[in-house]
Amino acid sequence: MATKKNSPKRKALAAKEVSKRLVDLAEQVLIQAEQGENPTVAIPVRSLSNVHFNEERSIIEMGDRTQKRILFNVNMAKKFMQTFLVAAACKDLVESGKTTSIRDLFYMTKHTLPKSGENTFNDQEESDPIIEDLEVAIQALREELHLFASNRGGLVGEITIVDAGDTIDARHMGTGGWAVPSIVEKDVIQFKKCSAEFILLVEKDAVWRRLNEDRFWKQHKAILVQSNGMPARGVRRLLRRMTDELNLPLYVLVDNDPWGLYIYSVVKQGSINLAFESIRMAIPSARFLGLSSFDRERYDLPDTVTITLDNKDETRAKQMMDYPWFQNRKWKRELKKMLDSKVKLELEALSAKGISFITEEYLPRKLHENDWIA
Amino acid sequence: MKAEAQTSLEDLMAKRKTPKRSAPESDASQATTTSRKKPSHESTQPEQSDQAAKAGQRSAGKAKQPAADGAGRPTDQTEQAQQPKATKEAGQEGAEETPKARKPKRRRSAETMASQQRDISVSEFFVKNRHLLGFDSPARALLTTVKEAVDNALDACEDAGILPTIVVEIDLVAENRYRVAVQDNGPGIVRRQVPKIFGKLLYGSKFHKLKQSRGQQGIGISAAGMYGQLTTGKPVVITSRTAENRPAHHFEIVINTRKNNPEVIKDIEVEWAEPHGTRVEIELEGIYKAGRRSVDQYLEQTAIANPHAEIFYNPPKGKKERFFPRVSDELPPEPVEIKPHPYGVELGLLIKLLKDTSARTLRAALMQDFSRVSARVADAICAEAGLKPTARPKQIANREVESLYQAIPKVKILSPPTNCIVPIGEDLVRKGLEREIKGAEIYVTKTRPPTVYRGNPFQIEVGLAYGGQLTGLVDHGTESDRGVWISGVRLAHNKTIEMALTVLPGLTRKKVVELLLQAGVNRSTRVRELTQDQVGLVRSALDASVRSQAQSRSIQLVRLANRVPLQYQQSACAITKAVNDVNWRRYGLNQPRGSLPTGPMVLVVHIASVWVPFTSESKEAIAHYSEILEEIQRGLQECGRDLGSYLSRRSHAKSREQRRNKLNLYAGELAESLARLTGKPRDKIAKTLDQAADQFAAVDLLE
Repeated sequence: MATKKNSPKRKALAAKEVSKRLVDLAEQVLIQAEQGENPTVAIPVRSLSNVHFNEERSIIEMGDRTQKRILFNVNMAKKFMQTFLVAAACKDLVESGKTTSIRDLFYMTKHTLPKSGENTFNDQEESDPIIEDLEVAIQALREELHLFASNRGGLVGEITIVDAGDTIDARHMGTGGWAVPSIVEKDVIQFKKCSAEFILLVEKDAVWRRLNEDRFWKQHKAILVQSNGMPARGVRRLLRRMTDELNLPLYVLVDNDPWGLYIYSVVKQGSINLAFESIRMAIPSARFLGLSSFDRERYDLPDTVTITLDNKDETRAKQMMDYPWFQNRKWKRELKKMLDSKVKLELEALSAKGISFITEEYLPRKLHENDWIA
Repeated sequence: MKAEAQTSLEDLMAKRKTPKRSAPESDASQATTTSRKKPSHESTQPEQSDQAAKAGQRSAGKAKQPAADGAGRPTDQTEQAQQPKATKEAGQEGAEETPKARKPKRRRSAETMASQQRDISVSEFFVKNRHLLGFDSPARALLTTVKEAVDNALDACEDAGILPTIVVEIDLVAENRYRVAVQDNGPGIVRRQVPKIFGKLLYGSKFHKLKQSRGQQGIGISAAGMYGQLTTGKPVVITSRTAENRPAHHFEIVINTRKNNPEVIKDIEVEWAEPHGTRVEIELEGIYKAGRRSVDQYLEQTAIANPHAEIFYNPPKGKKERFFPRVSDELPPEPVEIKPHPYGVELGLLIKLLKDTSARTLRAALMQDFSRVSARVADAICAEAGLKPTARPKQIANREVESLYQAIPKVKILSPPTNCIVPIGEDLVRKGLEREIKGAEIYVTKTRPPTVYRGNPFQIEVGLAYGGQLTGLVDHGTESDRGVWISGVRLAHNKTIEMALTVLPGLTRKKVVELLLQAGVNRSTRVRELTQDQVGLVRSALDASVRSQAQSRSIQLVRLANRVPLQYQQSACAITKAVNDVNWRRYGLNQPRGSLPTGPMVLVVHIASVWVPFTSESKEAIAHYSEILEEIQRGLQECGRDLGSYLSRRSHAKSREQRRNKLNLYAGELAESLARLTGKPRDKIAKTLDQAADQFAAVDLLE
């Protein structure tokens, strides 16, 4: 399954190619300006309106629609300028062979425009989308622009990984686990030895810690990954590589609320915003293990641990049920049940039955009974 | 002596009243109203022959209505005689109706009451009611005195066809005591008339005419003299000369307030440098102040309203002398006296005119005593009323007058002649505004065509000055000046910018901190450490705050009636209502609901009429006649449209410039990035982008 794209030789070529694409983008602006045209950059639209669900591959894909970013238009001029500010910084990074964090890039490109008191960027939330715009505009990924995000997510379990030459035995990672880097391509991360039989992705750090402390991964021969909410691109890419290259099934354990189910859908099929990455990050085989809307009855959880759905939850659930990629009957059943019972459940709610209930009863029973949906 | 017309109280009351057309009043009130528009009150009076004497018939300005009290008080013998009878009857009725109630003790008999009932002199009445004349506060008394004297001086000059040169002097003689002297180059006053004009209330030449003039009633200047006499005990001092070959006369006059008669204390011939003219000096208790409703403001507004006049003003307390130069050497045409128009006539007046007419037929009477009534129109009125044109007017007056009265509005009659109205004129209003309101961005003036309310011709003029110096922006100082200049002040070098700015007027510490926050300049920066950019930021933040303050301040409204500025009772005035009722937002101004618009603007509204309908109490507010309100609004809207299109053009240009600046800012930054990406020289790229920007700044505007 592994592509040959990541061999060192190809990488160097890719750097040259990325650099060329950035320069071309700039040249194109100059040509337009010289010809008396209003300089325009076409940027594929990253919104719900420009994604479609590829049922065959079962992933969300980006459509062909692009938006024009025009220089001489008061509403777009600033973003236009920002796009090229980021592009110039990336070109420097790529050519010098250095890699930096997106936060670093924000500081590298932030300065005050002369005589106006206005900043190029006010905060990182302004520069991050520009990076994504640039990625889709020149069809290069973030890491190919030599950018990475901060590490997020942790991993422990029956696997040995080589990270930039260092061998990491994930069985000996203490309580904190191995932090998953933002870039996990084959030139950085290789899988050396694996005796695990499945991967368990847990949405919540606290629950992951409980499982780690209880040595769940050892008992059940698993790789235990936590994502601290919506998994970062690094985590999703790593999971994809592991499922592909090690041929392991992936189970997802999230809160029983619309957001939890959405996390599962993103892992499985990709997201709207990063639809252009679905092809290398989505894991169509991912299995939804819990918490299911039906677990409350099945595991006899007390009513006291439930939380009433608020308006936002309900709206979100209804919205999700309209997504073309949410037409899976079992998913809709989950959401419907959730809406009918008007309550949601956090993973921690399982602790009401005992502190290690999740390790000793809930998960084993779920896995034993194959009580998951896909 | 007989050349003068003495105004009777009855006449005065009649003029002030504005009875409803549809509801004819009682006989008594009809009798008073009927005298209203009689062209010449005392028909026995010979025509004035002496030009100087004619011009010298100074009446005085204030139209005060004693009716509020006067109506209830016995003012002549007949009423006096009726009064006790009425009281007696009322008393008896009361006794019969309530026999069981304790019989009220009779405190006074009709006889004892009669012994207390006597003539009240007009002067005496005003002593007790001086607020009616505009002497209710010391500050207002000073203004009113100046105003009456200046209005008279201007009227006199214009009547005589002389371009007015007015001198106003105010001297502080003791604490809260001022001597006001007003001198003109008018025709002077003949000797025998001086005492009556300045020492008798309700004496004047203008009351009986339908003619545009400043003064109307013959009260103002003598009331000012009386006020002075009451508060300081000093007489009114008059110097007057009618021609170069005549001597100048010097008078000191006191008013006998019981008898409403002048008493001459001094009457001598003096040497006087002026070939002709009049000088009035009145000493009075008053307070001099600047700002709103001040003498200064009154004179400024008078200058706007009278571009043909020049005024020298010498204010008290060592304040700087001021001169309002003449901006037009052309005297306004003399207003023409007119007959009443049928549309404006009230039932009482109609009866009186028909009774007194010298015409023998109704047709002739209508043609003779009204303006714009031809034989054809007279016949049409008669036909509409079902009356014979040949009927005897006196008979009609007794019987069919009601139907005649109702017929008038149904007949189409040409509007009254409007040559009797003399507007200032669009050009001169503009010149007057430019003289007094300097450095505005735009001046708009409109003179509406004359029109009519209740048969009285009137004309509305509107002028406005907007923006520019009215915004209050100050030149900061030029780049070549050494040091840091802000708002024309050089800041102390060693202080922090925060401390240094507090020396500017109106800037508190708190405001400075806010300002610097907006400017994005660290407040603890020393003045000497400021970069050029930072100075620019502080200046533009300051300008922005001045601008926004100007935008939220109410406009200044100048109300003029027959070229006289009105200063009090703004909220009761039809002009104010008309301004409030116009939707100024449509013309690009802010306007709180139902009030004056806000912004850096001076708005002038002038109403010229043969009879300006003031609200009853004083000549400070114009009555809310719908015809007048609508006409003012039309004038305001005409001006507003011009202002609006100017402002929208300006904001268009401004936003275009802002957009262009924004684009330039980003294009400059973009050039830098493009240079890094392509390796081409930055300057060349910047130039290319700049050229393209020129082309697209305009296109962008259209989107």
